[in-house]
Amino acid sequence: MPVITSSRKQARYDVVIIGSGAAGGQSAYTLAMEGAKVLMLEAGRNYDPIQETPMFQTNREAPLRGADTPDKPFGFYDATVGGGWNVPGEPYTQASTDPQKQFWWWRSRMLGGRTNHWSRVALRNGPYDFKPYSRDGLGFDWPIAYEDVADYYDKVELLIGVYGTNENIENVPHSSPGVLQPPPKARAGELLARERGKSLGIPIVPAHRAVMTKRLDPATLPARLHPNNPKARRILAEDIQSRAACFWATPCGRGCSIRATYQSTTVHLPPALATGNLDILPNAMAREITVDAAGRATGVAFVDKTTGETHHAAGRAVILAAGSCESVRLLLNSKSSRHPQGLGNSSGRVGRYIMDTVGGGLSGQIPLLENLPPHNEDGAGGAHVYIPWWLCAEQKAGKLDFPRGYHVEFKSGRGEPGMGTGTNLEWLTGGSYGRKLKEDARRYYGSFIGFNGRGEMIPNEKSFCELDPTTKDKWGIPVMRFHWEWSEHETRQAAHMEKTFAALIGAMGGRVRNQPATDGARAIKPGGSIIHEVGGARMGERAADSVTNCWGQVWDSPNVIVADGASFCSSPDKNPTLTIMALAWRAADHLLEEMKKRNIS
Amino acid sequence: MNPLPAARVMDRRTALKWVAAVIGVSLIRPVVQGAPVPPGTAGYGLDPDLLKGGEAALWPRTFTPAQRATATALCDIIIPADDRSPGAAAVGVPDFLDEWISAPYPEQQADAALILPGLAWIEAEAQRRFQHAFTGLTEAQAQAICDDVRHVSSAAPEFRDGAKFFKRFRDLTAGGFYTTPEGIKDIGYVGNMPLGEFAGPPPEVLARIGLA
Repeated sequence: MPVITSSRKQARYDVVIIGSGAAGGQSAYTLAMEGAKVLMLEAGRNYDPIQETPMFQTNREAPLRGADTPDKPFGFYDATVGGGWNVPGEPYTQASTDPQKQFWWWRSRMLGGRTNHWSRVALRNGPYDFKPYSRDGLGFDWPIAYEDVADYYDKVELLIGVYGTNENIENVPHSSPGVLQPPPKARAGELLARERGKSLGIPIVPAHRAVMTKRLDPATLPARLHPNNPKARRILAEDIQSRAACFWATPCGRGCSIRATYQSTTVHLPPALATGNLDILPNAMAREITVDAAGRATGVAFVDKTTGETHHAAGRAVILAAGSCESVRLLLNSKSSRHPQGLGNSSGRVGRYIMDTVGGGLSGQIPLLENLPPHNEDGAGGAHVYIPWWLCAEQKAGKLDFPRGYHVEFKSGRGEPGMGTGTNLEWLTGGSYGRKLKEDARRYYGSFIGFNGRGEMIPNEKSFCELDPTTKDKWGIPVMRFHWEWSEHETRQAAHMEKTFAALIGAMGGRVRNQPATDGARAIKPGGSIIHEVGGARMGERAADSVTNCWGQVWDSPNVIVADGASFCSSPDKNPTLTIMALAWRAADHLLEEMKKRNIS
Repeated sequence: MNPLPAARVMDRRTALKWVAAVIGVSLIRPVVQGAPVPPGTAGYGLDPDLLKGGEAALWPRTFTPAQRATATALCDIIIPADDRSPGAAAVGVPDFLDEWISAPYPEQQADAALILPGLAWIEAEAQRRFQHAFTGLTEAQAQAICDDVRHVSSAAPEFRDGAKFFKRFRDLTAGGFYTTPEGIKDIGYVGNMPLGEFAGPPPEVLARIGLA
């Protein structure tokens, strides 16, 4: 079974998956490996990272030297094609004209979705992160605990390949022995930050990123992941032999043609396709989940974007993996006599409690890093180290004015020159030009460092999305309207980030370029801009106040499974991708059991 | 690393972009202050061929011969040849500037609205002070003008607009220059080549930062 067109679709599948990113990819992998017949609908085009990734192209070869434009918001070579904060013909609306109350919705219309565009930072939620309400009375507890997910974190990390180390830091879980790959050596600026951070009590440790620093072992890995499934072992053993380890060049954000980093398209989909159990249908824009008289899903109505015609894909179960707010949109658009307010919305909670990550940042210039001897700092195409949240004890002692925490990602170094190189130096040079500018450009190149906080947002009543009452997209499908508001929990955290980063830059002997904002409302990045959208169909203990059970099954229609970030009850500082995959694997295992027991037929 | 268009007047945006350029993909990249700009259909579109990128940038160019001549002279004053590398004009920066200001995107269009009047201003200033075209000024004469506009925040009020133009022109010239093979070699970027292992900083680097 292959990448297909609408006319090649089978009459019925075991499972129809909407979306092909982290959740859709993991669901398809798990189900197809276990023999389920699966159809994956992707709203964007087919995409092949092996053929299409610009691995060694230089900015000189790109329009505008690779600079970002509205067509390519992260620069010309970013892997995202057909996506962004604005997708032509597929609008969304804001309930408020106040920019502080707006949500920026990033969508990726391509096979692999947003996994083609991510930092590869792969962090586990810790035990506290699943029970936040119990700890501080804010937000919601998850109906699951860390122990329910730990084995799945191990499995995902083994499959995708994650470098990092186990450190003894509160609420930062260990991976099982032999799971993590060796981290790369730290770069000069990372080492300097680590050394100087000690004086501030700030731990800087190897990052966890989904980049393979060594090849996966076909002799041991498949048996560990699929102990009772010889076919899956054979397919995986064969597949991982064509995944190379990182060769320490080209930024991960372009994608990875050697399949050293995780994208759904490099890791999940090739072996899933090799089973013969997966059909992938690109250019298929899901319109609604169809239901029978009992309210159970019968499949998905979708628009074939190549013809504009609507088709139906039938399945015993439907997995929502469209990206949190897109999955919410589908639930709300799936109205029927049994589900008049939208599928799964008898509790009125669909669209509620959407979250992003709290983002704040500060940059500085470090004299010790000036004029360093030229050397290669490309490394693993992203961060080699990071700062895990390190103030659990201080927070518990009441020394902080905000709940929850943030981790810090940062970058320094001598990256490939782009349109920023040798620019914006007046604050250091007084506006040099001529031969002096060339000397200054050499001197300051590689001497900058930028810290970025990634923190937890607590779900609130004012941040939600709903169907816009009038606006439809070019396919006639009602679009989302967003309501957004940060609370003081988040803005105070953003202010704390600024103070921390100024202290770090100072400890490194550096200068901040702009004074840190003391007003957190000014420091915090716009909602949605970190592209960690989660929530909107949260899981819970009871149908009365949540959308799904602890397996992601929609209470009102248990053969619909929310596998993406929409089911998140909280948005810990840990980037969501790894958790999305772990939960999707767990949900797929449960769905297989339910199908075996004929609870889902 | 993502490229970084220098900002002009929006401090917050400048800071965000600057950080974004340093950090890369996990960061926000607002395209304008306040709200995203709709993708244009007049540019290369949302799905250009990333392997043959340069060939897609075929929007019509803007410079008149006179504007090109002024831009060429000015970019060589900003980045002249020295013993390490050629000047900006010799590596095609004037062509790049023309590509940039001709692009059908809001940021580049805003730059065009700054650069084209700026080139006219600097020509007029050359005539006013030296009764000569800017392209024919001596180095000292050209520098006399440039010194008045080298830094926005310290420029005299009558030179404030000229300084904004000069800042942007300088940044575009620098970005254009340092993305060429000659500029890359000059600034000391080493990379974009596959390696068997990542060695980390060499001993002389560790010694320089006190971590040997």
